[in-house]
Amino acid sequence: MLEAITGGMYGLIAGFVHLHWSNPIMIAIGCLLLYLGIKKGFEPLLLVPIGFGAILVNIPLAGLMEEGGFLKIIYDAGVLTELFPLLIFVGIGAMTDFGPLLENPKIFLLGAAGQFGIFLTLALALILGFDQKDAVAIGIIGACDGPTAIYVTSQYAPHLLGAVSVAAYSYMSLVPVIQPPIMKVLTSKEERMINMGAVKQSVSKTTKMLFPIIVTLVGGIIAPKGLPLLGTIMLGNLMKESEAVPRLTNASQNEIANIVTLLLGISIGATMDGRVFLKVQTLIVLALGFLAICFDTACGILFGKLMKVLTGGKVNPLIGAAGISAYPMSARVVQREGQKYNPKNYLLMHAMGANTGGQVGSVMAAAVMLSVLKALGII
Amino acid sequence: MNNWEFGITMLVVGMGGTLLTLWIFSLLMSALKKIFPYQEEQIDKVQ
Repeated sequence: MLEAITGGMYGLIAGFVHLHWSNPIMIAIGCLLLYLGIKKGFEPLLLVPIGFGAILVNIPLAGLMEEGGFLKIIYDAGVLTELFPLLIFVGIGAMTDFGPLLENPKIFLLGAAGQFGIFLTLALALILGFDQKDAVAIGIIGACDGPTAIYVTSQYAPHLLGAVSVAAYSYMSLVPVIQPPIMKVLTSKEERMINMGAVKQSVSKTTKMLFPIIVTLVGGIIAPKGLPLLGTIMLGNLMKESEAVPRLTNASQNEIANIVTLLLGISIGATMDGRVFLKVQTLIVLALGFLAICFDTACGILFGKLMKVLTGGKVNPLIGAAGISAYPMSARVVQREGQKYNPKNYLLMHAMGANTGGQVGSVMAAAVMLSVLKALGII
Repeated sequence: MNNWEFGITMLVVGMGGTLLTLWIFSLLMSALKKIFPYQEEQIDKVQ
């Protein structure tokens, strides 16, 4: 009898006995993510499920990420199959207005310049000794685009998924902190004051509808390995612009995006088991991710300066910073910084154009990268 | 392929490919704007 009671009592303390030193640290990190999401409002839709997932997976003996555990089932079904990031892309496409970009198509180039960080960071990761697929996954943090980073990493470096996704989403939410100092260093006061005037409403409905079809066809033929990413975002956008399927558009913008965000967030949190996550390598990935976003911003601004020269001073180089894909945060940062130096300056719509260009740019960069990897026989 | 070759290839082909593709997109969109101008569509609606 006494033995049974002792055995039963052990069942209640077994969790404490099996607690690894890394588990409390990760639970604290999970709580920090919850704090940032709930109290500070940094990407709460993602940081709350990620933070809670990190707490769940670090409670010993629950087996949530073991075969049959509910987090493992969600992870296998949606992350390993790449389904979640693609479904989120349908929602992003249905929510994005590419109008400001189509008003001035040259701004597409800023969306390309904002992806330089991906390739520079990839090179840096190789120099630091990461293998080629790991370097690709680390570089993709520079896409500043969570679903793209998850899509690429889950395929080629699943062991880095936790670190890469946390870096991608955390730095996206920290764009308002990361970008302004870089803008200040790389531009003069006169440049920051350049007024670009109002954006005209000059894009026809037909152009807006043909845009997703043409981008899918041309982008898909150039870089077929990235077609799932490009195709899903453009499908969402076509549904929105055609106005032919309002129920599907509405479901993509709301129910699908919300449910998948929850499941994706909790699955990413579930990859943050302390025994796997707390390594020097994770810190290096986080540091490289930070550098990637700084490189992106710097290259975008420098390209903006080049466009300023080529257009005879009509382009405010600050909008180059919005060429990264952190939509719409970086566009808002540009607007705020521009108004600091010229209160009559309304850069928002120009920056939104660069920002949506950055969204297409990040997807294209990933697509091009995957197609080059395939051609080199690495994947 | 060693890391050095791989890094340079990705920098040149990857970044170059991204820039080139987005430049093509910008040209195509400029052409589309000319083929389907906003103004004409509004006039059609009024008529």
